[in-house]
Amino acid sequence: MLNNLMQSRLRGLVILALILLILPVFLGNPFHYELVTQMAIIAATVVGLNLLVGFAGQISLGHAGFFGLGAYFTGIATGTYGWPSVPALVVGAIVVGFIAWIVGRPILRLKGHYLSMATLAVGFIIAIILNNERALTGGPDGMPVPAFEVFGWELSAFGSYSLFGIDIEGFQAWYIFASVVLLVAVWFALNLIESPIGRALRSVHGSEVAASVVGVNTAKYKSLVFVISAVYASLMGSLYAHFQGFITPAVASFEFSILFITMVVLGGMGSTFGVILGAVVLKLLPQVLADFQELEHVMFGLILMLTMIFMPKGLLPTLTIFFSKRMRRKAGGEA
Amino acid sequence: MFKTVIRRAGKCAVVAAAGLMMMSAQAAEPIKIGSFLSVTGPASFLGDPELKTLEMYVEKINEEGGVLGRQLELIHYDDVGNASSARNFASRLIRSDRVDIIVGGSTTGATMAAVPLIQQAKVPLISLAGAVVITTPVKEWVFKTPQTDRMAAERILTDMKERGITRFGLISGTGGFGSSGRTQTLEVAEQMGMEVVADVTYSGSDTDMTAQLTNIRNTSGVEAVLNFGFGQGPAIVTRNYAQLGMELPFYQSHGVASDSFLELAGASAEGLRLPASPLLVPDSLPEDDPQKEVVQNYKAEYEARWDSKVSTFGAYAYDGLMLAVRAIEEAGSTDPEAVREALENIDGYVGVTGVFNMSPEDHNGLDPDSFRILEVQDGEWKLIK
Repeated sequence: MLNNLMQSRLRGLVILALILLILPVFLGNPFHYELVTQMAIIAATVVGLNLLVGFAGQISLGHAGFFGLGAYFTGIATGTYGWPSVPALVVGAIVVGFIAWIVGRPILRLKGHYLSMATLAVGFIIAIILNNERALTGGPDGMPVPAFEVFGWELSAFGSYSLFGIDIEGFQAWYIFASVVLLVAVWFALNLIESPIGRALRSVHGSEVAASVVGVNTAKYKSLVFVISAVYASLMGSLYAHFQGFITPAVASFEFSILFITMVVLGGMGSTFGVILGAVVLKLLPQVLADFQELEHVMFGLILMLTMIFMPKGLLPTLTIFFSKRMRRKAGGEA
Repeated sequence: MFKTVIRRAGKCAVVAAAGLMMMSAQAAEPIKIGSFLSVTGPASFLGDPELKTLEMYVEKINEEGGVLGRQLELIHYDDVGNASSARNFASRLIRSDRVDIIVGGSTTGATMAAVPLIQQAKVPLISLAGAVVITTPVKEWVFKTPQTDRMAAERILTDMKERGITRFGLISGTGGFGSSGRTQTLEVAEQMGMEVVADVTYSGSDTDMTAQLTNIRNTSGVEAVLNFGFGQGPAIVTRNYAQLGMELPFYQSHGVASDSFLELAGASAEGLRLPASPLLVPDSLPEDDPQKEVVQNYKAEYEARWDSKVSTFGAYAYDGLMLAVRAIEEAGSTDPEAVREALENIDGYVGVTGVFNMSPEDHNGLDPDSFRILEVQDGEWKLIK
């Protein structure tokens, strides 16, 4: 029985790992690697956000604020003050987690969508600070970020490395690194969902009154998952800053927050693998439409509208239901 | 059966490959010029004329036989004014399209986001953005065509000094352009021994700057007012300035040097001065001005082709493309290092923006005098010097 449970929980993770392993065969040039690396980092952020949206039923309209704060913390700590990458990343995540806790704690005691408004405000405040503190952040023109390094070993998208005797290029190394990060992020999310915390959260999502009647401390669980998702965003923001090598306050902008939420809704709220698909689709769109840039927003809106009308559950859950029905029908026909 | 199919396919492939090779031997491979610009989005007023200029002159150069006997191929992406997509498109240009040189980056943010990549990939970049950080400190592979905001500040303050002004009030926008301009103005003022007695700011969404201006007016010892900003802010400042009946000499930056600013500000712009490209007053340039012909030609050709008013931003792209072409010709190949060196050694290229004299220490190559000081008289730009 335990074996069964493990299998069903980890099946998706194994499939994701296989996809990430096979993918390089289809990646033609370094630019494709870069794109997929970015997708993985963004997808991991969205997996974190999905814990809040899909499981606790709360919406954050300021997640780019946390993402941007992580990115800038890393940029300033490693670039200006010469910290090593890992402590900067960890301390940044702790600071962001603390900010999220301060914001979430009082608000999540209330019922309803007050969190969206509070996060909206926090996101704006962070973006304004990043824009105006010129001496620290470089202002609207942004700031450079050094390469990721651990114990003096630098991971740069332009270097070349030797891993277990195999020569790999920097962009491939980043791809491997980002893939591992994504797998860990997903693994952690899946475990959290199946834990008592996850069950408590789903009960909150289902009916907050019922949950509190059976003794679930709804406020505590909601703020816990809010902090976790903010920490996800901060960690990924730090990695994103290292990978990009340059950040501007646009990473903390409202548009970016909306993009995150859209990825969750498009991919399928509450479906960890669905939101990854959402991130991939929306990250791919600007590149596919590079020659028709003026159509990008039209397509963006159209995709969102069609998903809402025809697949209200999101891309992956709808597709899964569709295919499993067909397979069942096929099996039935053969019998 | 399967084997024969494979064998046949293999033969076909060999024949096709041979054919392709013969074709490429006949027509030399085009020189690839990459570009990422903000053609749509909030900075489209920069990117749109820039792209039009690039398209138009790439066509023209190709009709005239290309460069080094090879045709030019323009590969362009629109970054929508977003720095991270600018970086991604720069990466796509370098790593996927494998361009020989990049002309672009409409905004400072977009350019700076691409700079780490450019430096590591070792592809020459000619930026079309203004701020001084792009070329100071000098970055090996990065060049730019517009004058820096520091030069604008120097030019304005020199003009003030000539009019006997040493104490002035500064009002600036909090956007990228305004805040960078503010920093430069404060530095230049200190160097030139001038005093900024009032220093106020406004944000891009403000619709009334009367409070800030009143603040400046009430500061004792103010002899002139300078506004560093972009977009609609400076037009509002200009109108408020007139409404308050302020009589002090009034300066704007090069950020608003366009005919649309005159329309927005209307009669209240009367008497204000700003540093600008000679492109705004092509016909009043003196006959012995080396730029006169280039400026007049660019204006005539652009307006004939696109049926819309020429803008100084398009001129940055003109200079960028021409510098790239000149460097490739001098280098005799598209070898990145040779092109980079040729760019660094450009001497006396007469462009629309100014006369470029690059050096290993100066990747911009312009001096403050390339700005002309204009004054608004009877609703028109008038060349002062």
